[in-house]
Amino acid sequence: MPKLNMVKALNLALFQEMERDGDVLVLGEDVGVDGGVFRVTDDLQRKFGSQRVIDSPLAEAAIIGTAVGMALYGLKPVCEIQFSGFAFQCFHQIENHCARYRARSQGRFHVPMVIRMPYGGGVRALEHHSESEEQFYAHIPGLKMVIPSGPRNARALLAAAIRDPDPVIFFEAKALYHAAKEEVPDESEILPLGRAQVVREGKALTLIAYGAMVRVALEAAEVLQAEDGVETTVIDLLTIAPLDRDTLVSSVKQTGRAVVVHEAPRSFGPGAEIAASIMDGAFLSLEAPVRRVTAYDVPFVGFAREKANVPDVSRVVAAARDTLAF
Amino acid sequence: MPRIALEPRFQVEHLSVLDSEGNLDTALEPKLSADELKSLYRAMVLGRRLDERMVRLQRQGRIGTFAPIKGQEASQMGTAFTLRRADWMVPSFREIAAMIWRGWPIEKLLLFYAGHVEGGRPADDQHDLPITIPVSTQLPHAVGLAYAAQYRGDDVVVMAYFGDGATSEGDFHEAMNFAGVWHVPVVFVCQNNQWAISVPLKKQTHSRTIAQKALAYGLPGVQVDGNDVLAVYAAAREAVDRARAGDGPTLIESVTYRLGFHTTADDPSKYRSEEEVTMWEKKDPLTRFRAYLEQRNLLESDIESRVDEEIAAAVQRFEATPPADPLTMFDHAYAELPPDLEAQRAEMAEREAAGPPRVGEPTPLPPRATPMRGQRLTRR
Repeated sequence: MPKLNMVKALNLALFQEMERDGDVLVLGEDVGVDGGVFRVTDDLQRKFGSQRVIDSPLAEAAIIGTAVGMALYGLKPVCEIQFSGFAFQCFHQIENHCARYRARSQGRFHVPMVIRMPYGGGVRALEHHSESEEQFYAHIPGLKMVIPSGPRNARALLAAAIRDPDPVIFFEAKALYHAAKEEVPDESEILPLGRAQVVREGKALTLIAYGAMVRVALEAAEVLQAEDGVETTVIDLLTIAPLDRDTLVSSVKQTGRAVVVHEAPRSFGPGAEIAASIMDGAFLSLEAPVRRVTAYDVPFVGFAREKANVPDVSRVVAAARDTLAF
Repeated sequence: MPRIALEPRFQVEHLSVLDSEGNLDTALEPKLSADELKSLYRAMVLGRRLDERMVRLQRQGRIGTFAPIKGQEASQMGTAFTLRRADWMVPSFREIAAMIWRGWPIEKLLLFYAGHVEGGRPADDQHDLPITIPVSTQLPHAVGLAYAAQYRGDDVVVMAYFGDGATSEGDFHEAMNFAGVWHVPVVFVCQNNQWAISVPLKKQTHSRTIAQKALAYGLPGVQVDGNDVLAVYAAAREAVDRARAGDGPTLIESVTYRLGFHTTADDPSKYRSEEEVTMWEKKDPLTRFRAYLEQRNLLESDIESRVDEEIAAAVQRFEATPPADPLTMFDHAYAELPPDLEAQRAEMAEREAAGPPRVGEPTPLPPRATPMRGQRLTRR
């Protein structure tokens, strides 16, 4: 098995899905000749031509809007929004149309499209290039919201998203693009959407994370084991919406304690929904309130202060210790 | 360096065939058969009579708010009449006459305006998008449909409708730009009815015409007398033929007037004068076309009563629709219902089965809760 970083793994998924289905198109700014600013669509235009890998004019609303039209016609466009911070210029197309066309047309049409966006901090970037906005999409009925945490699951989830008959927002953590290599099998691989994975098992506490925060949670679990002798479960959500509540609830029923970690601001974020789900399903098992380790509820802080804002291992460990001591 | 004049290469035409005085430009008169002329007029009359009926239905509370088309029948029908069944129509929310021509049953539209989402479902073989309400956001969809048709090699033209207000929105400009760059078979039909709710055209744009906006995107733009169905048809015919021949998109500005209100929730007397309305009433597209048909001996005397019968029958079918089953609201959220939504659906099913809650009776106390693990009140 070749070892690939996340960029190469995503590129492999796109290549294989385009080879297997002539209806799959790639559309976005600089995705063709340039291969995307992060090179995720590298070489696709050379292989599939400029009609299938489209260097669009610079306009997010029309990228998504025209892709909706293509999808209504039966194609399966995969759009790239260059940075998630720019997606507010197409948010109306996503919320008003992508998410609703199946319902509006009562099943006569559906919108089988994927919107890929790099998100999150950790790359010393300017404003609009380092925020985390998954909560907006997770809140919209009709959409699915997926965030992989490494090369192998990124490849398998992107393939699943492309094959999904409903619109999928696919966030890619910029911090993970080149972070690590993983063995990724040559043959096509699919991970079902809507399922979380338990990536580490322990009886004392459940850490819940996704995207770039999964490795932070895993490192925190190592520290807790080494310094406190505490065994921690770590859950990688993979799909934010629809949320895999069963996996969360059954874990917290065993551990009685949960800490949620995300890069998005705290209030009304995914952590709130996760905490409410745990309350709904595992209230009688809780030994402590569900804690959230998140960015603070402030606008963009600049990368000189980013470390203080985005959750890191020490903040997660501290929250875990508080929870264990409650 | 010299200044080089580029501008004379471009021009914006205004097209008129039959004016409100009955003068006819026979050189531009489209070649339509007697049957085509009759069915064109019939569709316009149907649009007008249904519009008037719908206003009454709305006033009686039998349907909700809708956007009347009165005055815009020529603008809609002259364009939609040029489409084949396999072509696509992308409406905004003020195209009832064109939508019915395209095959939407009247009772389905009534159902839609009575708040039933079922009314928004086009038939399986119908190449029409449902009504789009956020202004201009349907235009990129039209461009995407046209791109997809071209990609598949299908012989398809897409026609998209919008109003003068929509030309201030970003999606209009983005759609025009993409259509130009991609050179796709799409026809943009702007029904310039002079008013975007209370804002007149002169406050909407500083351009002399809307048609000229096409030039900036490298497309032909034409302005047409939108109350002259023959001129609208001629302009649309040209644009649709151009698109079908692979020669790219066109913007048609159809200059017309909204004789009624923006929607049934609006009072136009607040922002426009009666004189203005009277002036436009003299240019009524139906009166003009009717005179033309009379002259050619093509007017069917009982057309109004036959159309009214068709509407009455449709209203009856609409009113016989059984009440909506609330549980079906979950049917088209996703291809497959996620577990969350399964649970929410079950929650609603249980409530529906239990019937309405009783009012005025004390709610019995729930049984004492069992002590719980993690219950700290006694310890702290």
